[in-house]
Amino acid sequence: MQYEAVIGLEIHAQLLTESKAFCGCTTRFGNEPNSNTCPICLGMPGVLPVLNAKALEYTVRMALACNCRINEISRFARKNYYYPDLPKNYQISQYELPVAEHGWVEIELENQVKRVGITRIHMEEDAGKLIHDETRPVSYVDLNRTGVPLIEIVSEPEMTSPEEAAAYLRVLRSILVYLGICDGNMEEGSFRCDANVSLRPKGDKNLGVKSELKNMNSFRFVQKALQYEIERQTEVLSGGGKIVMETRLFDPASGTTASMRSKEEAHDYRYFPDPDLLPLRVEQSLVEKVRAELPELPAEKKKRFVEQFGIPAYDAGVLTASRDLAAYFEETVTHYPEPKQVSNWIMTELMRALKGEESGITSCPVRPKQLAGLLKSIQDGTISGKIAKTVFEEMCATGKDPAKIIKDKGLVQVSDTGALTNAVVDVLDKNRAEVERYLAGKTNLIGFFVGQVMKATKGKANPKALNEILTEELEKRR
Amino acid sequence: MVKKKATNLYEMTASELSGLLKKRKVSSVEITKALLDRIAEVDGKVRAYVTVTADLALEMAQEADRRLAAGDGNPLTGVPIAVKDNMCVKGHRTTCGSRILAHFVPPYDARVVTLLHEHSMPILGLANMDEFAMGSSTETSCHGPTCNPWALDRTPGGSSGGPVAAVAAREAPLALGSDTGGSIRLPASFCGVTGIKPTYGAVSRYGLVAYASSLDQIGPIAADAKDLAMVLNVICGHDPMDSTSVPREHPDFTKSVSKGVKGMTLGVPTEFFRSLDNAEVEKAMSEARAVLEAEGVKFVELSLPHLDYGIAAYYIIAPSEASSNLARYDGVKYGHRAASFDGMIDMYCRTRAEGFGPEVKRRIMLGTYALSSGYYDAYYLKAAKVRTLITEDFKRAFEKCDAVFCPVAPSPPFKIGEKIDDPIQMYLMDVFTIPVNMAGLPGISVPAGFSADGLPIGMQLIAPHFEEARLIQLAAAFQKTTDHHTKRPAL
Repeated sequence: MQYEAVIGLEIHAQLLTESKAFCGCTTRFGNEPNSNTCPICLGMPGVLPVLNAKALEYTVRMALACNCRINEISRFARKNYYYPDLPKNYQISQYELPVAEHGWVEIELENQVKRVGITRIHMEEDAGKLIHDETRPVSYVDLNRTGVPLIEIVSEPEMTSPEEAAAYLRVLRSILVYLGICDGNMEEGSFRCDANVSLRPKGDKNLGVKSELKNMNSFRFVQKALQYEIERQTEVLSGGGKIVMETRLFDPASGTTASMRSKEEAHDYRYFPDPDLLPLRVEQSLVEKVRAELPELPAEKKKRFVEQFGIPAYDAGVLTASRDLAAYFEETVTHYPEPKQVSNWIMTELMRALKGEESGITSCPVRPKQLAGLLKSIQDGTISGKIAKTVFEEMCATGKDPAKIIKDKGLVQVSDTGALTNAVVDVLDKNRAEVERYLAGKTNLIGFFVGQVMKATKGKANPKALNEILTEELEKRR
Repeated sequence: MVKKKATNLYEMTASELSGLLKKRKVSSVEITKALLDRIAEVDGKVRAYVTVTADLALEMAQEADRRLAAGDGNPLTGVPIAVKDNMCVKGHRTTCGSRILAHFVPPYDARVVTLLHEHSMPILGLANMDEFAMGSSTETSCHGPTCNPWALDRTPGGSSGGPVAAVAAREAPLALGSDTGGSIRLPASFCGVTGIKPTYGAVSRYGLVAYASSLDQIGPIAADAKDLAMVLNVICGHDPMDSTSVPREHPDFTKSVSKGVKGMTLGVPTEFFRSLDNAEVEKAMSEARAVLEAEGVKFVELSLPHLDYGIAAYYIIAPSEASSNLARYDGVKYGHRAASFDGMIDMYCRTRAEGFGPEVKRRIMLGTYALSSGYYDAYYLKAAKVRTLITEDFKRAFEKCDAVFCPVAPSPPFKIGEKIDDPIQMYLMDVFTIPVNMAGLPGISVPAGFSADGLPIGMQLIAPHFEEARLIQLAAAFQKTTDHHTKRPAL
C-alpha cells in the first residue's frame, strides 16, 4: 500500500521583549545564573503575575501576519506539572481560548504555492534550565529564562513531506524575524519546533496514529527526524504493525528517533483557567494600531522585488530572506539603479564576506552607498571587475569609500592606448619564443600574454583594450 | 464577662487610640509597649500569635511618633495591628501555619504590609491560622491551636483564629485576616468581634500566600464597625501588582458610621433560616432583627435557591486552585526539604509528605482529582456554573433589598478537638459564609449576642459588590444601640 505522511508543527518562539511575561525582570541572555530573577518569577509564596503588554502586542503582530482571527477575549490557563526548572510547578499558558486562531501562511514549493493552516497562536511563559553536573549526581537550576514570554504557533496537520515542513518552518521564522519579535535562533533555542507526524493510506481522509517528535534544534534536524520517522512508520505499517501514540526524541548523532513516553505515560496537565489573571481582552484599538504598523512581509516583498526590479524570483527570495538584507539591496539600488548587478554582488561577494550570516548585514562596514559606488566604478571603466573584488575586500576590512581605495592604491584601470601598447610591446619583446609558437598556431598562448601584461600593469589594464592591442601587435609580427 | 470603660491602652479601640495620638496624649511607642506587655501577659493562654515582631513594632511606633510630631500622620498612624501569618512581612518568617514554610522569611512585603508601613501602623506580629487557611478552627496550624478567649477549651473559629483571638483578647486593637470561605467572619462571630470580608478585588492580594486565588480576600478585624471603616480606608485600593484588584475609587468609609439606617431593607434568605437548628443562634438573630427594626429597617423574606450547593461547589473550586497554588512547595527553592531522599521524585514526595498536614493533603488530593482529565467537566466546570448561579441569586436578591441578613455560623463556638476528625462537620460551619466568597461579595460579621454559656454569636450582613460602606453603615447603626461588641472576655 502507498502511504502518505501528514505533518503538523508546533513552534515555540521566544519574544524579544525587554522584560519577562509576568514580571519586570530582564530577558537578557547570558547573565549570571539566577540573576534575572525576582520573587514573582521565582514562584515565591503570595506573588502574582501581571501581563507584559508588549508581549501581547507582539503576539497580535504575529497573529495578524499569519492571517489569524484574534479573539477579543482569551484566557490564561495553568498547565500543571512538576519539574525543578518550573518554580511554580505550573506554567502560565493558554488552553481553551488562545489569543488567535484560524490563520494561514503560504509556502513555496517547486513552482507552486501551498497554503498551510494555522490552528492557533497562544502566549505562555518559558521554563528555566537545568545544568547537570557530569561528575556528581547533582543538578543545578538556572531560572534566568523562567518567565520569558513565548508564543506557541500550532499548524494544521497539512504538510505531507519533510521538505514542506522545512519550507513552512522557514516561512514562519522569517515572518517572526521580519516582525522584529523573535531572533529566530534555533541553536540557542529562541525558536523551537516539535513535530506531529502520522501516516495514512494515500487518498484516505482520516488521520492515522501520530507520534510527536522533540529535540530537533536545526532545520536540518527537523527534516532528518521527519524523514526517519516516516520511514520507520512506513516499515511498521507495511509489516502489518500498529503505530502507538507516543512522544519520540530525535538523536542528532544517529539521525534516528526513540520513544520517550507513551500515551499512557503522558502527563495529565490538569489545565484550568488561571485565577490570578483576568480574562484577557484584546482591544480593537490595539489590533488596529498593530495592523497599521505591520511591516511588509517576506512574501509580499519578494513579489514586489520581482515586479519592481525585474530580478529573478530566486534572487528576490534570497534578498528578502532577511528584512535587513532586503533593505540593504533597496538602498543600494537607489544609488545604482542596476538591480541585477546589485543582486549578483550581494548574493556572491557580500554574502561571502558575511560568511553566509544575513544577520551580519547591519554591522557590515560596507554601506549601500559605498557598494553602489564600487559598482559605478566598474561600469564607467575606472576599474575592472577583478580589481573591484580586491577593492571590495579592502572596503570590508576598513569601511573606506571605494574611490579613496582606488586612488590611494593607484588601481585606476589603464585604458590609455599608448601606455598599453608600450606594455604589450615590452612583453612581446621579452617573450620571443612564445610569440613564435603563437604565430605557428598555438593561439591559446594569448592568455599567457594577457597575464604578463596584467602582471606588468599590476592588473590595472583595461581587459577589453588590452585584447585589441595585443591581437594587433601580434599580427604585426607575423 | 466584664464590661467597663477602657482605662488601659490595650483595651481601647483604634478610634480611641487615634484620638489620643492626635491630641499627643499618648505616644505610639507607649501604646505599642502596652500591647506587647498584654501579649506577654495573656498569649500563653490564648496563643494567638505565631511570631511577635516586637522590634519591628517599636521601630514602626517610633517612626509613627516622628510623623505625628511633624504633623504628617494619617488617622491610624501609630495604632498597632496584628497580621495573619499568611501575609508576607519582609525579613520576618511568614509560615502560613505550615511546617513546609516554618522557616520561610520572605524578601518582600505583601501590598497590605507596605500600606501599613506607609501609614506607620506598628506590626505587632504574625497571628496563628489554619494551615494554608484550610480549616474553620485554627486547629490545623502546625503551631497548635489558638484558644477562644471567651472559653479557652473552645476554638476561636478559623482560619483567621489567631488575628481574631488577638483582637478579642485585646492583644491588638486591630488585625488583618484573610477570608476564602468565611475565615474572617466565622472567627469574628466566635470571638465577639467585628470583621469584614471586602469585595473580591477591593484589597490587593499581592504577598498574601495563596490558598484559593479566586476566593481569597484580605479584610480587617476590630472591636467595632468604626474601626473597620478606618482600616478599610487604609487597605482598599487598586494595586497594579495584582491583576485581579479592581481600579476604582473607594469612598471614605468612616463617613458611613453615623448615617443611620432608617428606610433600609434587609433580605432574609428562607433557605438559611430553614436549615438553622440552633435555638441560641435563632434567638440572637431575632433579637438582632428587632433592634434593626427599631432603627427603621424593613425585613423581607427572599429565596437564594442555589446556596444549598455552595459548600459542594466550594469544595471543588477551592481545592482545585489550592492543588495548583501549593505545587510550588517542593523543596527545590525555599521552605522545608526532606533531610534524606533517593532521587528527585522521592525528594518531592518526602518533602511534601513531611511538610503538609492532613487537611492540606486532603484538599490537594481533592483538587488534583477534580482537575484531572476526564473529571474536569463533571467537577470543576460544574462547580464554576454553580458559582455563577449563586452570584445570580444574590443579584436578584439585591433587587429587593439593600443587604442580606443571616447568621455567620450555625452554632456558637465548638470545643477544640470536637470536629477535627470529622471534616464534613467542620466544613458545614461555613455554610452561611461560603456563598459570599463564591459571589465575590462583601460580608460583615457583627457581634449579635451570647449563648446561655456566655459564648459570642454573630450576625452576618451581605451587600452588593463594592458596597462595603453600606455594611459599615448597618453595623455601626446596630452597634450604636447594642453593647455586645463592647464586652470583653475575662482572661
